[in-house]
Amino acid sequence: MSRATLINTALFLMLPITALVALALDEPFIITLATKVAILALAGVGLNIALGLGGLVSLGHAAFFGIGGYAMGILAHHAQTFTPLMEAPFLLEGTKFMPVIWVVAVIAGALAALAIGALSLRTSGVYFIMITLAFGQMLYYFAISWPAYGGEDGLSIYVRNGFPGLNTLDPIQFFVLCFVILALVLFCTGRLAAAPFGLALSAARQNAERVETVGLSPYRLRLLAFVISGAVTALAGALFADLNRFVSPTMLSWHMSGEIMIFVILGGVGRLFGPVAGAALFILLEHVLGGLSDFWHVYLGLLLLLVVLFARGGMIGLAAGREVAHD
Amino acid sequence: MTEPLLQIKSLNKSFGALKATDDVSLTLYPREIHALIGPNGAGKSTLIKQVAGGLQPNSGEIWFDGRDVTGLSTVARARAGLGRTFQISSLAMEYTVLQNAVLGALGHSGAVWRFFNPVMGNAPLRNAAIAALERVGLVEHAAKRTADLSHGQRRLLEVAVALTLQPRVFLMDEPMAGLGASGSKRLTGFLDGLRSEAPILLVEHDMDAVFALADRISVLVYGKIIATGTAEEIRSNPAVREAYLGEEDAA
Repeated sequence: MSRATLINTALFLMLPITALVALALDEPFIITLATKVAILALAGVGLNIALGLGGLVSLGHAAFFGIGGYAMGILAHHAQTFTPLMEAPFLLEGTKFMPVIWVVAVIAGALAALAIGALSLRTSGVYFIMITLAFGQMLYYFAISWPAYGGEDGLSIYVRNGFPGLNTLDPIQFFVLCFVILALVLFCTGRLAAAPFGLALSAARQNAERVETVGLSPYRLRLLAFVISGAVTALAGALFADLNRFVSPTMLSWHMSGEIMIFVILGGVGRLFGPVAGAALFILLEHVLGGLSDFWHVYLGLLLLLVVLFARGGMIGLAAGREVAHD
Repeated sequence: MTEPLLQIKSLNKSFGALKATDDVSLTLYPREIHALIGPNGAGKSTLIKQVAGGLQPNSGEIWFDGRDVTGLSTVARARAGLGRTFQISSLAMEYTVLQNAVLGALGHSGAVWRFFNPVMGNAPLRNAAIAALERVGLVEHAAKRTADLSHGQRRLLEVAVALTLQPRVFLMDEPMAGLGASGSKRLTGFLDGLRSEAPILLVEHDMDAVFALADRISVLVYGKIIATGTAEEIRSNPAVREAYLGEEDAA
């Protein structure tokens, strides 16, 4: 087993071990924190597909995170108020059933990413960052000014949505659900990175001209990567809203985009398990430093600076060494 | 003679007042090596870029295999069978040599929309890549990171990737650069055999290679073709001697 695999395995097991220890010590709050890490890591895994594999610096991923959140919020809101989503041309009702909510969130996230990506990917570099940011902010202000779903106040969901066979209100059961989803997505992302699509996408990041010369379109590769990325982040958004039983425009704001990017950068851009490490460190800092000082973001900023300056591969890069080109 | 496979018809490209390509017409027939020579800044690479895509001419047409490809993208031209190598190596530097070659084979197969099975475990792609690396003599470096290759080895990898595309026409921009005398000689021998697979439009500074290989030579000076002919004709052409070969003799 290589060092990187060892570190990844340890990182991966850290979450369920934390949750189980917390369960034994009867500390439900810690379980909720572990759940939060799993969900935020999932959002980071989504962004990492665009950022790490595709080299697409998107500062608008809160859009997909929020869309996932609102997909959950809107469906559950209609279900709990017993009002149909729409009556004509056909009756559509809300739902409190997680699998349906996830499918809706993933599809909504993918469609939004398709639209935003199709336009944004015509630009590159700073312009791409700015245009994704602009799209994100557009959705943010739209959500604020949309009174039907709470506007600035957001939507509260009284009871967590259900999953067959589980009591999702029990913290450990909800944790297991989120962790299994994270594990599945990590597995699929790992396969994706090594598959033909991943090879071509990563090559397009390194050298777009090379990819064109072998007859593959970088634009199409990137667009699909962006769509997959948006879909995964939207799924994380739906889970995050369910964790809090609350969704508000904050999930759509550019702060959120920045936070998701911080998970990726802290952990290591392009590293499969980078977002897991990044999100875990972020939440840890938030609660350790946040307890000491209200200005804990200063220290986070400092850490980020150090990582960017001295550890370009993030924490995983620091621990596992330079990524070797794998065969 | 048969129809030309590649035909450039009165191509023009200006950058401001500079005429980089000035009414250039050129043909490439099956099984031939057509060399494009000229002093630095004559517009050779600009011309190759317009043929491969990536740079739109101001006027003129490029016909490939009986159809006008002037409006096609680089990607479409590559898929149609134009295999290009770059003057300045353009490779995925983080990848291994083998991965770069597999990328070429993947481009040729077109089966890129696959998301689950590892590409490096795909036997047909891998075999095609290894075969191409063997032909240029890079197979023992297959596991090396491309960034760690020498300059000359990168040029050879460029050629290998072009081979995996199984193109109908090769566009080679100074493949010998940085190879050294023996490497240059080896590649000359290789290109000599390659012309039977697909004709080559060859931009090259190595005059020994050009005169040894080229069926026809075109001389580009200030964006204009001043002469086209066999090696003998070019050697004895006074305008060429003055514009180009004269400097070489003096040097």
